[in-house]
Amino acid sequence: MSAPNSSYDPVEVTPLRSDEIERMRDEALAAVAAARSLDDLKQVRIDHVGDRSPIALANREIGALQPQARKEAGQRVGQARGAISQALAARTAELEAAEEEAALVSETVDVTLPWDVSPVGARHPVTTLSEHIADVFVAMGWEIAEGPEVEAEWLNFDALNLGPDHPARTMQDTFWVTPEKAAMVLRTHTSPVQARTMLTRTPPIYVACPGRVFRTDELDATHSPVFHQVEGLAIDKGLSMAHLKGTIDHFAQAIYGDGMTTRFRPSYFPFTEPSAEMDLLCYVCHNEPDAVASCRTCKGEGWVEWGGCGVVNPRVLIACGVDPEVYSGFAFGIGIDRTITSRYDIADLRDLFDGDIRFTEPFGVEL
Amino acid sequence: MRVPVSWLREYVDLPEGLSTEDLAARLTAFDLKLEEIVSSGISGPLVVGRVLALVKEEQKNGKTINWCRVDVGAHNDPSVPDAPGEDVPSRGIICGAHNFVEGDLVVVSLPGTMLPALGFEISARKTYGHVSDGMICSGAELGVPGDADGIIVLAPGSAQPGDDAVALLGLDEEVLDLEVNPDRAYALSLRGVARDASIAFGVPFHDPADLEAAAVPSAGPGAYPVDVQDPSACPVFAAVTVTGVDPKASTPAWLAQRIELAGMRSISLAVDVTNYVMLELGMPIHGYDRDLLQGTLVVRRAAEGEQLTTLDGVTRTLTSADAVVADDRGPVGLGGVMGGEQVEMTPATTDIVVEAAVWGAPMIARTARTQRLTSEAAKRNERGVDPTLGARAVRRVADLLVEHGGGTLEDGLTLLGEPPVRSDIVLKADLPARITGVDIDTVTAVEALEANGCAVEVDHEWLTVTPPPWRPDLTDPYDVVEDVLRVVGYDQVPSVIPVAPAGRGLTTAQKLRRRAGTVLAGEGLVEVKTFPFAGPSDFDRMGLAPDDVRRRQVLLENPLSAEDPGMTTTLLSGLLRSLALNIGRGHADVHITETGRVFLPRAEAAEAPVYGVDHRPTDTELAAFESALPEQPHHVGLVMSGERVRSGWAGPGRPATWADAIAVVRHVATSMHVDVTVEAAAVAPWHPGRCAAIVVDGETVGHAGELHPRVLKAYGLPPRVVAAEIDLDAVIAASPAVGPRPEFSSYPVAKEDLALVVDASVPAGPLERTLASASPLIESARLFDVYVGSQVPEGHKSLAFALRLRAPDRTLTDDDIRGAREAAVSAANQATGATLRT
Ligand SMILES: [Zn+2]
Repeated sequence: MSAPNSSYDPVEVTPLRSDEIERMRDEALAAVAAARSLDDLKQVRIDHVGDRSPIALANREIGALQPQARKEAGQRVGQARGAISQALAARTAELEAAEEEAALVSETVDVTLPWDVSPVGARHPVTTLSEHIADVFVAMGWEIAEGPEVEAEWLNFDALNLGPDHPARTMQDTFWVTPEKAAMVLRTHTSPVQARTMLTRTPPIYVACPGRVFRTDELDATHSPVFHQVEGLAIDKGLSMAHLKGTIDHFAQAIYGDGMTTRFRPSYFPFTEPSAEMDLLCYVCHNEPDAVASCRTCKGEGWVEWGGCGVVNPRVLIACGVDPEVYSGFAFGIGIDRTITSRYDIADLRDLFDGDIRFTEPFGVEL
Repeated sequence: MRVPVSWLREYVDLPEGLSTEDLAARLTAFDLKLEEIVSSGISGPLVVGRVLALVKEEQKNGKTINWCRVDVGAHNDPSVPDAPGEDVPSRGIICGAHNFVEGDLVVVSLPGTMLPALGFEISARKTYGHVSDGMICSGAELGVPGDADGIIVLAPGSAQPGDDAVALLGLDEEVLDLEVNPDRAYALSLRGVARDASIAFGVPFHDPADLEAAAVPSAGPGAYPVDVQDPSACPVFAAVTVTGVDPKASTPAWLAQRIELAGMRSISLAVDVTNYVMLELGMPIHGYDRDLLQGTLVVRRAAEGEQLTTLDGVTRTLTSADAVVADDRGPVGLGGVMGGEQVEMTPATTDIVVEAAVWGAPMIARTARTQRLTSEAAKRNERGVDPTLGARAVRRVADLLVEHGGGTLEDGLTLLGEPPVRSDIVLKADLPARITGVDIDTVTAVEALEANGCAVEVDHEWLTVTPPPWRPDLTDPYDVVEDVLRVVGYDQVPSVIPVAPAGRGLTTAQKLRRRAGTVLAGEGLVEVKTFPFAGPSDFDRMGLAPDDVRRRQVLLENPLSAEDPGMTTTLLSGLLRSLALNIGRGHADVHITETGRVFLPRAEAAEAPVYGVDHRPTDTELAAFESALPEQPHHVGLVMSGERVRSGWAGPGRPATWADAIAVVRHVATSMHVDVTVEAAAVAPWHPGRCAAIVVDGETVGHAGELHPRVLKAYGLPPRVVAAEIDLDAVIAASPAVGPRPEFSSYPVAKEDLALVVDASVPAGPLERTLASASPLIESARLFDVYVGSQVPEGHKSLAFALRLRAPDRTLTDDDIRGAREAAVSAANQATGATLRT
């Protein structure tokens, strides 16, 4: 609070002088406009509207005026103060925005800097394709069956109509467990899982069996002693090759897309009779007349080999406790590794198994 | 099976103009799958020439070349060629080879000829100072067998200059290389392939086995004495004797060409003829030099340990499972597989005993397998031959030897035994339709079977099928269905999706294995697939003690490498090799994982049973498989090397540590709601002070931590690699069917910090659990600092824990908090002797 005015002159008081009030207002407005920062503005506020500012002093003097002069003076001072605070508020907002902007500009970073501090994991395509295939069959109501990789000779061969002297048994180059009389092998196909399923379940049976299998092939660009298959088995009343074809076609479409189809060629597998090789419509050229001739994937055939299949041989049903007079069934198998190498145009099968992380990484977590 | 098309056409009236590609496609659809069409690829003017003059010119480089004038008939240069000798129409050719002389008939490739073996087209060119207007060809250049390096010199009079040499040498022949499945033994012959072609195209077939075998009397002085002592090994034995064959007689060119096109080598007339008839009829033939035989030929089982040196020069030790043909001195042939060296036909042989026998197919397969001996004869005999062919096959061989070798067929045929009696196949007439899903009526089925050579009787809805003798594979009704379907066409099978009953989806174990895979990938690990083979060198490098149970492997009889004699017992063997490979290829930060089975032999050596296949084994019998097979649990393994948080512009990173290995394993377990506890352990290949046992329900399911420095050195790996391996099946087994129910209080939390001084050896993990369970008001306890130094007594450490306290039903009072805190301190003191740090 200021001290009482010592040079009190009721006639010459400032509020009554409009030019004086306008001058104060104009000075204040000029100072507001000249403020370059919020700090400047703070000082302007103290100097021009603060308790000791000329206009505050003028305002205080209004009380000393004659009542009839008070109204006019009050109005004049009030208007001036209003104009000043409006200008202050506007300038404050202006300066705040400018300072925020300046602060944000000063905090700008290079967002293109690489942020790769956490390792990125990936799953092997053999795993993810096997899961994808399993999902296709589960969606049809099938189940997924599994079995051991060191398997009994009887389950790997005999039960599947591959007797001890069957020529096909020598075609499959088998790893035998020591000693030979232990009658165990590294399974040469996932078919023993089918035998196990028939031996332990009652039809109807609809199972797919993905898994790792073994043959004594030396590792090279197109052969591996360890590889992966998926086989399917259906045993029910009234099943025929037509149901096999329908299943295979659906499977092919689920993996390779709509419009995919397959064709059967006669073949031989001890496990099935009649047996067929299944070819897949070439997924690159689709056997289109203008594309097939130059197609590298199918070598101009329009079709690519995909796997084997057939009607389950009644001898297998008998060995596995299924009555062939009541039930029939079909089975099929494809190579998972070969599906991957052909689908992704991988020239060397060894890439799948040497463990170089650059092979797996591009596949991510799902195919 | 290699089938020259021109030879095939001799037995089947294939349509004129049928392309080889179309022929192959039909045969493929008939179960004779085309591997490739083999042809010479030679095109252009390849002609016969006569060398009129030959001048040897020595060159500066020391080589001598032949400057020749060659008469190529109609292809002669009518003007005066640049050639030595008398100017007559001819061509001048330079040749570097020397195995021919003036007057010889040679093969000339004229300009414009394409020779695939050379890879370019022949053109006239200037060389050694003369124009060489063509090339005189060697066997190698034409891709024909024989003396590959020398010039081909044709027999005098066998052709005229200017004749087309492409046809003369069979270079225009196309050969089908067919893949023959084990059930189609008959197709290992021209006869069989021709018959299938005749069915496929519906054209007449001319059976090369239609011979007058009866022309040789069955008894006669010329019949060589044979005694079949074991008819089960050899049901039919046929033989004739041909004498006086001219050992100098050469194989006719057409015959030699056919067997060469079929993939066999032309050797001598007698050998070539036996091979020719085998290719023609599918019946393996063996010829003995009669002068080398002593006494009766006896067919019997070998004595155990009996020895025989076969034609391939290998001395073999036989067993009673093998059949032999023996004379007075002992075995002279391994029955149905390969003849013996001792009585082999030689370039001097004149008198030949020709044998065609039928052998027990399973016996041949076993012998071929145990002796690791595959021969053209064994290949056919183990699949089964037409048992009615014996007499006709030997007659066919004899006729060819007489015709081309000037021999005499001796009076008398040896024919012992009878083709085995086979039973008819009886099936419902609708079986083909039911099994194939194709609308096949009885008439169609019968016609198809008759085309295949079967006799069919129809009795209402039943068919009685008598298979032909060349089809030993036809035994069951379903076999018959396949032969019907290949005539009807596999492409006729419709596509019908079967409706499976409602399924149960993936099993819990299958779902949880997937979950583990996703968690591991989320933890930044890259999945690899390694081979599950390992050996002592892996275990040595991993520092496993001599009595470590992981050294007990499932061993293999025939491992691919001596380094890896058996199946692995730990996923770390493959992962460490992969890690070394990755680091060797320049990757610094490698975090890899594998999920797969390991193989743990039974404590007692066990044998898996082998049962019959005419009925299902009993449940007890089936259980015997499981108790004999090794345990094969799924494990998860992982190794991490380099930085877990990578260094970069934002600052230094952080290496993967033993704690990361434990954390990843813990994450896998908690993702399955399995609570693991971690205990200190000292297990190879881990660092003894940085190894954790992973414990679930009191059982150790694996280990995690930093690897032993010696192990890293042995693998050539950088320091501080960390690893973990757990039994995933055990973790999955501990996973509850339903996860924990959420339980939390909405009353305010009270936070209390507690610094406890304990002996330096006290593990922090269990102490944390002790604090957490010291009072029902303690919601959680979390270690946030470990201090060792001057502020605590020597040999001690200070562990600081943050406690969160909360009640389910009220706001805690100061007394509650004090009570819980005291309970925590007291529990810690009781468990470890901990005292509150002051
Ligand atoms: Zn294509």
